[in-house]
Amino acid sequence: MVLLGAFVLGASLLHGALGQSAARAQAEASQELVRELRLTGLALFTEARYTRHPALTDRFSPFQNHPTAVEHFPSGSLIRPPAHLHD
Amino acid sequence: MTARVELVGVRKIFNEGQPNAFRAIDGVDLSLPAGGVTVLAGPSGSGKTTLLTLIGCLARPTEGRVRLDGRDISGLPEPFLAALRRQTFGFVFQRFNLIRGLTVLENVMLPAYPLGTPHRALTRRAGALLQRLGVGHRAGAPVESLSGGEAQRTAIARALINDPTVLIADEPTANLDTALSLAFLEIVSGLRAEGRTLLLSSHDPLVREASVVDRVAELRDGRLVADRDTLAESAQ
Amino acid sequence: MTELRRTLARQRYLLDYTVASMSRRRTRNLGLLLVYVGMVFLLASVLFYSSALKHEAGLLLAEAPDIVVQRMVAGRHALIPAQHAESLRGIRGVRVVEGRLWGYHYDPAVRANYTLLVPPADDVEPGTAVIGPALARARGAGIGDVLSFRGQDGTLHPFRIAAILPQESALASADLFLVAESDFRALFGIPEGQYTDIALQIPNPREERTVAEKVLEALPDSRPILRAEMLRTYDAVFDWRSALVLLPLSGALLAFAILAWEKASGLSADERREIGILKAVGWETGDILSMKFWEGGLLSLLAFLFGTAAAYWHVFGLSAPLLAPVMQGWSVLYPDFRLTPAIDATQLLALFCLTVLPYLAATLVPVWRAAVTDPDEVMR
Repeated sequence: MVLLGAFVLGASLLHGALGQSAARAQAEASQELVRELRLTGLALFTEARYTRHPALTDRFSPFQNHPTAVEHFPSGSLIRPPAHLHD
Repeated sequence: MTARVELVGVRKIFNEGQPNAFRAIDGVDLSLPAGGVTVLAGPSGSGKTTLLTLIGCLARPTEGRVRLDGRDISGLPEPFLAALRRQTFGFVFQRFNLIRGLTVLENVMLPAYPLGTPHRALTRRAGALLQRLGVGHRAGAPVESLSGGEAQRTAIARALINDPTVLIADEPTANLDTALSLAFLEIVSGLRAEGRTLLLSSHDPLVREASVVDRVAELRDGRLVADRDTLAESAQ
Repeated sequence: MTELRRTLARQRYLLDYTVASMSRRRTRNLGLLLVYVGMVFLLASVLFYSSALKHEAGLLLAEAPDIVVQRMVAGRHALIPAQHAESLRGIRGVRVVEGRLWGYHYDPAVRANYTLLVPPADDVEPGTAVIGPALARARGAGIGDVLSFRGQDGTLHPFRIAAILPQESALASADLFLVAESDFRALFGIPEGQYTDIALQIPNPREERTVAEKVLEALPDSRPILRAEMLRTYDAVFDWRSALVLLPLSGALLAFAILAWEKASGLSADERREIGILKAVGWETGDILSMKFWEGGLLSLLAFLFGTAAAYWHVFGLSAPLLAPVMQGWSVLYPDFRLTPAIDATQLLALFCLTVLPYLAATLVPVWRAAVTDPDEVMR
């Protein structure tokens, strides 16, 4: 059983290692777009503007309602206000 | 091949220092004949099983000494005691204490595992033992499916796998009918002929009065009350 | 040589015994294994996911502008005039200065936020738009369809879809809506000569900080943002200290602790009796500990191997459907993308240590106590 498990894991990792070239092609499509359009954020959290472009947010947006208000957006709890805003 | 077991001033107290302290063995001096059959007789609760466990290195005495060939074994550290349990003493429990879920053969081979005996040699030895005891045909059976007599023979085979010089059996005929009891005594006779020292505990008169028995020691309330040399008696 | 052979034979016997012993309590061990695998799976999934995203973010944002200059009025972001761009052109080390035009538009039809952007090359035909794949999916729009937005002045601005950005670029382009500059300004009412912010190209990376300082000198009401700062923001999201990783991590660790505690709190009567019997037939304490070590070791090794392999396929094969809802939150537009397998040995090692070692320690504790007692006592 252990051998089977080791084989499965080993095969998975090998598959990952071999698939790097295909993955790189995919990443290149995005990289080209970022380069062309001068993009500054990933489209991961599109619900609020301070989570869509967290690095470009001003100090007010995350705390716009009240400094200690409970966060509305789920992704807001995942993203803290960027460090450079604290300085 | 022979071994001399001596007990000197042995006491065993359970739960010492507590209100429910119990003296199981209260000062026993005993000397087992080398290469003979000794029976420990006495009513239940007299301490027979406890005495057997003290001799077989399953427990240590609270006071006193157990000697093997003149050497004190009761004060030895754990690894030495384990080695003695493995290779010098073979213990057959009243309830056999076979490990469920394993086959007969696996149970018999168990005590040899720590020795790293080569697998094929060990399997052969175990098979031969089972054959000699008449349960060779059950070697691959799970122990749960054995009858009382078969289970006992398996337990005996397990006790003999590492060729011990002393075989100890606790109430061997307690769960057997007369026919099986007599068969057991046959086995005892055979082992005695090989020169092993045998120690049995029993309140069964069949065992006490058997011709193969050399000595009967009577225990009552943890003390030795009689010690008869039956061999000498029957010679008279 | 025989000594080595004996030791190997002994270990092999102990292993055989362990396997037989484990298959005896098959249902219990199977249940245990399943729970264990589940926990490793969850833990490994979170670790793989967050580290892959971190890697991906780093890869993509390496192409972002070197410095973005924003204008701040009363602490809030404001539009930046073209004259500000002119003063930046004079700074040494700056090769290109570009005004960026972008903003957000909320579409009530699908309750989604779009990011509207004017490509620097300005190659979108007026009246048309190029949209991101998630947007196309949400609106059910294809090439040739028309999407209309209500502009600043209240009038409806129609856009005919000219192209859809490729699916592979979804991570960067999911919610993008590319329009021509004239359309953008008309829609948002932003007059000529004003931009959202300014992007700077700095050929020498080591000069970035100095340039940023000079930008502040030249434009006191501005805020220059370095690319390194952008990257650090996303690093923090996927760091092991972030909420994304820490919450499932602590949950899984708590479950582990409970499992280990349950194991450590004692052996069943059956197990104790078995150890007693083994001691009685002459097994030493060391033998019993080795056997139990094999038992715990086999189980945790199996759980680690299968849990990690399952997590690998979950994250990189299926794009982590169990974790995606956490990331999506309330977003209507989320990128549908495949993650690049990016695991390194230290991650696997950390996972191994976290999952296997505590369990091993927990199994050995109660066994040790039973293994050192006299067999007579243990069998009672």
